[in-house]
Amino acid sequence: MNEATPSAEVRTQKLQGLGTARKRVEDVRFTQGKGNYVDDMKLPGMLFGEFVRSPYAHARVKSIDTSAALAVPGVKAVLTAEDLKPLNLHWMPTLAGDVQAVLADEKVLFQFQEVAFVVAEDRYIASDAAQLVEVEYEELPVLVDPFKAMDPDAVILREDIKDQEEVGGHGPRRHPNHVFTWDVGDKANVEAAFDAADVTVEEFISYQRVHPCPLETCGCVASMDAINGKLTVWGTFQAPHAVRTVASLISNIPEHKIRIVSPDIGGGFGNKVGVYPGYVCSIVASIVLGVPVKWIESRMENLSSTAFARDYHMTGELAATKDGRITGLRCHVIANQGAFDACADPTQYPAGFFNIVTGSYDIPVAYLSVDGVYTNKAPGGVAYRCSFRVTEASYLIERMIDVLARKLEIDPAELRIRNFIKKEQFPYQSALGWEYDSGDYHTAMDKALQTVDYPALRAEQAANREAFANGETRSLMGVGVAFFTEIVGAGPIKNCDILGLGMFDSCEIRIHPTGSAIARLGTISQGQGHATTFAQILATEIGLPADNITVEEGDTDTAPYGLGTYGSRSTPVAGAATAMAGRKIRAKAQMIAAYLLEVHDDDLEWDVDRFVVKGAPERAKTMAEIAFAAYNSVPPGMEPGLEAVSYYDPPNMTYPYGAYVCVADIDVDTGVTDIRRFYALDDCGTRINPMIIDGQVHGGLTEALGIALGQEIDYDEIGNIKGGSLLDYFLPTAVETPVWETDFTEVPSPHHPIGAKGVGESPNVGGVSAISNAVNDAFAHFGLTHTQMPHDHWRVWKTAERLGLTG
Amino acid sequence: MISGSFEYHRPKSLDEAVGLLDQHGDDARVVAGGHSLIPMMKLRMAMLDHLIDLQAIDGLKGVREEGGNLLIGAMTTQSELIADPTLAAKCPIMAETALQIADPQVRYCGTIGGNVANGDPGNDMPALMQALDATYIAQGPNGTREIAARVFYEAVFFTALQDNEIITAVRIPTPPDGHGHAYEKQKRKIGDYATAAAAVLLTMSGGRCATAAIALTNVGDTPLYAEDAAAALIGTAVDAAAIDRAVALAEGIASPAADARGPVDFRTKLAGVMVRRAIARALERAA
Repeated sequence: MNEATPSAEVRTQKLQGLGTARKRVEDVRFTQGKGNYVDDMKLPGMLFGEFVRSPYAHARVKSIDTSAALAVPGVKAVLTAEDLKPLNLHWMPTLAGDVQAVLADEKVLFQFQEVAFVVAEDRYIASDAAQLVEVEYEELPVLVDPFKAMDPDAVILREDIKDQEEVGGHGPRRHPNHVFTWDVGDKANVEAAFDAADVTVEEFISYQRVHPCPLETCGCVASMDAINGKLTVWGTFQAPHAVRTVASLISNIPEHKIRIVSPDIGGGFGNKVGVYPGYVCSIVASIVLGVPVKWIESRMENLSSTAFARDYHMTGELAATKDGRITGLRCHVIANQGAFDACADPTQYPAGFFNIVTGSYDIPVAYLSVDGVYTNKAPGGVAYRCSFRVTEASYLIERMIDVLARKLEIDPAELRIRNFIKKEQFPYQSALGWEYDSGDYHTAMDKALQTVDYPALRAEQAANREAFANGETRSLMGVGVAFFTEIVGAGPIKNCDILGLGMFDSCEIRIHPTGSAIARLGTISQGQGHATTFAQILATEIGLPADNITVEEGDTDTAPYGLGTYGSRSTPVAGAATAMAGRKIRAKAQMIAAYLLEVHDDDLEWDVDRFVVKGAPERAKTMAEIAFAAYNSVPPGMEPGLEAVSYYDPPNMTYPYGAYVCVADIDVDTGVTDIRRFYALDDCGTRINPMIIDGQVHGGLTEALGIALGQEIDYDEIGNIKGGSLLDYFLPTAVETPVWETDFTEVPSPHHPIGAKGVGESPNVGGVSAISNAVNDAFAHFGLTHTQMPHDHWRVWKTAERLGLTG
Repeated sequence: MISGSFEYHRPKSLDEAVGLLDQHGDDARVVAGGHSLIPMMKLRMAMLDHLIDLQAIDGLKGVREEGGNLLIGAMTTQSELIADPTLAAKCPIMAETALQIADPQVRYCGTIGGNVANGDPGNDMPALMQALDATYIAQGPNGTREIAARVFYEAVFFTALQDNEIITAVRIPTPPDGHGHAYEKQKRKIGDYATAAAAVLLTMSGGRCATAAIALTNVGDTPLYAEDAAAALIGTAVDAAAIDRAVALAEGIASPAADARGPVDFRTKLAGVMVRRAIARALERAA
């Protein structure tokens, strides 16, 4: 290295690579309101579609009269199931292997189901005309209670598949309203463990139906080019390539004649994974009418008809020794799938990765069964900012640990520590079939408990309880501890596919002659900051500054095939592909550098942003120099250019984890829960951008707060959706949000090229449990074992009232 | 979420506005800040043919004190109420209540006239107006008339205002110096209507409560003037027994609907808690 060469530290700093709190490149446009979202699209001649929706949750469609709507000036078409039938598009496949009506075919199965699609010159005309479509319904008995779905006399919902033996290949059905039974584990051994246990506990724990509620609702613009026969759809897609393949399969348009583009997306959280009737209807309308057609959901349509999350009703049991060693876990779940099973789960996993339910604990035997049932509620079942059904599983075990702790009179944190999988047990085979790749739970928990001074919190709580008993305060203090393990990065093709598409992901890199680059990925950011962080991964791998690397996603005509962004899979899978493609670039660069420096490849070593001759550091070629040489002086026999592509099939999932502590004060007279302190320690392995991780944690915790303290998509007994607007649906603002205290440990994933595990969803998984545990803990000394979420004012007050605490 | 079509009017004078109302009857509505009516129109729960915007009419804004009364123009925004020095000095509960309405952006648009005229039991100002014994001044084709806030509200979205009348001002007897006051509101989140709320005003004299007024928000079809609850405080030292009586009487007139804010028993009890806390705070503030 000569004197003019800056130090490695200075050059590393200049790259803005791994571990740098690099500012988000996306924010330049987002903070100025200059993003380009689907609804910003304006194409010549574009029409607008609007749905006519069912007011009933279950009814036969007797007739549809579109004549008055068609008579409105500016109305171009009104589509019904009859119009879609000749194209065989009145039903569409769901991601779970079920089918869903695009437009109601003979009957409606949930309130606000799509019945007809009005296409008009503008939205106002479309809205006016939609009101004029006359639909005659014959109401049918409504089923909303999942526990009644398989009653012998229950009304049959899915007449279209009533004789079908299984749905989505998930095994025999026991009832026409039964979707699947999924069981995992060793039932007999678990029974033996329970028989032999000193102590057992059982609790019924519901996780209410919620909705991801992204700020931008779902929508698309479909444009069929009649000249070249190419269909382009710009839409709110979390998985654009999968949408292209599905669109080709169901429409018979060749896949190369379909281009799917996800522009800027205003949050997804799972809501934008699925395929919705609006997309199909817009495409059909564009094909029929020969002009672009836009469809954008209203907020109420989003909350009431596109994918919900959770609605899992779980009975958990733990067996343990009297000194608190857990010896067995048993769990049964009734999963309310709504009218169609549109869960976004890998094919082999009809209940997602719910079998992560043994959590962070070394539980020797476990048995789990999940029964999915149909009801007259909207379809969906997506993972709302979590990996597939992981939040439900984590919530169950984290609540059950607390329930067991009360029974054994062992501190809940201590009980967790006693049962943790130990550092030396990794890789750890769980009783329900997962191989946990890495972790050091004890260190994380110790750090968390020390930082919050846990013993002092418990002492303060003891004093508070005494003061409450003496009538000196009407406030109860609760301390919630949660230690979650996520399972993300779906996933290995051997376990994970969606509709037969293996869940690999991809990155394609082109290095330009002047030392800059473009990287294209099969994922799509919805706010995660991929353009920032993937450039950082690459900067470290190839030694070009992150600022010189463009990251592009979301256009199926240019990006390599990938399965998209959800389930915290982008960093574990596409991030790995990025690193691997970068390594291919570097390998070729090394050969070019060796040629230029007239040494053997093996005589070179990598030094931040250049190859240097071992023992002669003044002889070096920077990556920028090599990039230029790649286009004019490559070794004889080598192809010019510097490009690489990697399709990455991960060998395993990654298992991020965290220790969260929530301190809450509950006013028993008003039911108001005040989160006084929230501490979140996350271990997401190698940290790519600490600032973005903090942002992800803040956002996920805020959603967790929303879920734990208020969110619920509720239905009345005749299937009317209650509170399907933001007037009622609890979306916390800055005012309701406490200060989030973040922290970390860093145990890299051993199988990921850069050791990263994914973090976007951890805070939602851990946050809900920590908050709910705090609320339950506040009342624990009065004998409460569990009270159902959401812990909104009235439910908390009712809990206090049941315990005789209200005035 | 798209309104049906309607004709938009922007009259320059009150007479012109009243004329339009008189002409179109119940096919027309006036709009002030628009933060109640426009969402209802977008939901197509309010369908109307003529929307009469009052923004261009001069003289409907501002606060002044006159002859022992505070006169507030109907088009005065919540934000202007919060910033007004006269109200801060003479009737600080106005700002305290206005700050509980929606969020800052809405308060820049929402007006006191719109808030009191709409007849939505979720609005915060009507109960306060009843507690303050306010009078609404309305103009119709035959001139002006005055309606007391305590008799103005008839049912959800039904008031004593005629279809061809516009509220132009609110008149409040200036509360005496040294009065105690508090508006207690519990809501689920910023921007929400009250799960229950209570306005309390009182004066103390020689350690005894000389005057008191209590009103409740969003625990009935209309704002509820809790006359008996207030009477239970008058003449007492506002001790625990008196407060208990007032709370029980307030709970007795509450008849909230069960909704996502909670069941009837919770919202009734919560109305009592709001009254209890408002009395305590008003008492602290009373000279």
